[in-house]
Amino acid sequence: MTGAITKRLLIVAGKGGVGRSTVAASLAVGATGRGLQAIVVETAGRADVAQMLGARAADPLAEVELDPGLYHVTIDRRAALEEYLRFEVPGLLPAATLARSAAFQAFVDAAPGMSDLLTIGKVWELIQRPRHKPHTRQYDVVILDAPASGQLVGLLGAPRTFAAIARVGPVAKQAGTIERTLRDPRVVGVVAVATPEQMAVSETLALQTSLTERFGIELDVVVANRVLPSRFTSEDALTLSRGPEDPAVRSARWFAARGKAQRAQLARLRRGVTPARVTTLPFRFEAGLERADVERFADLLGAGRW
Amino acid sequence: MVSRLTPALSDRRVVICAGAGGVGKTTVSAAVALGLAVHGRRVALVTIDPARRLAEALGLDALDNHPQPVDLARLRESGIGASGELFAMMLDSKRTFDELIELLAPDPRTKEQILANPIYGHISTAVAGSQEYTAIAKLFEIEHEQEYDVIVLDTPPSRHAIDFLEAPDRLTAFLEGRALRALLRPSGHAMRAAGMVFAALRRITGVELLDDLTTLFRLLAGMLDGFRRRADDVHALLGDPDTAFLVITSPERSAVDEAVYFADELDRAGLHRGGVIVNRVHPLDRAPHDAATVAARLHDPLGPRLADKVAETHVEVQRLARRDARAVDRLRRAFGEDPICVPDRDADVHDIGSLIDLQHDLFTRRSNGSSIR
Repeated sequence: MTGAITKRLLIVAGKGGVGRSTVAASLAVGATGRGLQAIVVETAGRADVAQMLGARAADPLAEVELDPGLYHVTIDRRAALEEYLRFEVPGLLPAATLARSAAFQAFVDAAPGMSDLLTIGKVWELIQRPRHKPHTRQYDVVILDAPASGQLVGLLGAPRTFAAIARVGPVAKQAGTIERTLRDPRVVGVVAVATPEQMAVSETLALQTSLTERFGIELDVVVANRVLPSRFTSEDALTLSRGPEDPAVRSARWFAARGKAQRAQLARLRRGVTPARVTTLPFRFEAGLERADVERFADLLGAGRW
Repeated sequence: MVSRLTPALSDRRVVICAGAGGVGKTTVSAAVALGLAVHGRRVALVTIDPARRLAEALGLDALDNHPQPVDLARLRESGIGASGELFAMMLDSKRTFDELIELLAPDPRTKEQILANPIYGHISTAVAGSQEYTAIAKLFEIEHEQEYDVIVLDTPPSRHAIDFLEAPDRLTAFLEGRALRALLRPSGHAMRAAGMVFAALRRITGVELLDDLTTLFRLLAGMLDGFRRRADDVHALLGDPDTAFLVITSPERSAVDEAVYFADELDRAGLHRGGVIVNRVHPLDRAPHDAATVAARLHDPLGPRLADKVAETHVEVQRLARRDARAVDRLRRAFGEDPICVPDRDADVHDIGSLIDLQHDLFTRRSNGSSIR
């Protein structure tokens, strides 16, 4: 973990349903285990990581300590807008009045990239040293539980999209600053999460291409989640296919075939993301995700030399 | 042959497949469409973003924004006679929106100006709900042509199934743009407040953006009645008794939460449910299946080493099966009907052969009785 954790912002990316929040929570637990102050950021009003770690959703933009040294914040667009107006463009109008104006809301919806820009702008503010928002703490690492791949590309592209439309004014200027920060590999790292399935692997490879081509960002680490243990040899699989019609044999056939398909996809993932390292997390057979699992995953993620 | 889905979907003219993202909605909707074709209907399938191999299997071409015939020769090779026909298309959201503007614009010049406006480009692709809006617009357009017996619509991947129902109204309201119009062309007492907000915006973003916005909403003004009429027609179509919402879920807790919530919302909105499909279910073994019993039973046919591994595997898989059975029970209570369970495949579904197998599970095979009881 040492390689990735020197960065101030880790973006945890991937297709919907592959376990991004689990990985984000595990990275945060791993980081605080090493004595770092970490904050997990969720967007669009979500609080999955907070729930995973046994906390309730808090007010948007409230930085809540879930564990010693482990914080969580949910970014919601409206709160981000109000905060932006308050701290970045002071003296305009009462920020709350402006943010609540229906016209202003409609404007934020209509202006290309504005809504995403407010979100990524808040992430950017979280990694500032010192912070722009008064009376806030500084974090060693900010872990963004990013939206699904397509939206993430929109989020990262927002500063540029917006700057192309509004060429002047404080927002355009700030968009340029945010853009430069996001493209700095010393500051920002990307952790891509995939399950070893065709669509999830394809999406990871597509994400890698768009990140490289559009932003010059490389994947730092790839986490393959829900990997079945390698248990049956091809000889076993052959014996099973000729074995009795028994529910247990059917379970084993499913396991062997799924495992084989997973290995093919894992190989494809490894080939496709080189030189980024692929680290694996095991398939879980229990319902729901327990805190203990997050801690176990934190150990597994930390054990890899990356 | 008694079809499990047929009673729920026979005579329906529109089947909308809804559910949380990541549950296999696109694949299941393709199988539903195929199954309806097998059962003699002329079917149009509108998919959103299929995996490349599924798209290839269906002969989908991204360049076409209208249903194209799917070659069902593979069906006949598998000994399944399809008495119906299948047509499929992949939704091109931007193009569908452009087509709508083309249809509603009062004259070619307005159309060209709207399509060239930078803000319009953003609204048609990136504003929340634009994909849902165009999916429904496309559905409406195909239904209007009356070329098919039934249209199966896959819905855009979103975190919440309910987004699909809410997005069109939100987008219509946005296009009507009351708030923005008040800002850009204020009148009466709104003038002072609007003037302040306008001045603030100008300072933050510069004047060009506001100019583009003003231009776009001026151009759209003549089309508002068209948008509203469209929205009313769409509401009528969604609420029609011939339209069924098929809820698709996986046994995962969050997906089931979503399905239950969506069913409530459908009922509240007076929309018609067509059943619930649970994808990727692990079959439950009702006989004793502790590792020792299973290993002893399989000792002879498999040998001790493999029997032990199989027993260990079965115990693990049954943990998944119990989770799945609880999910199925919960859905049964929430929907007041038996969910249709689709067993977890040992590989991804991405060719016509595996789609045939999947539609067979949906329409023909009896439920494996996955239930905790």
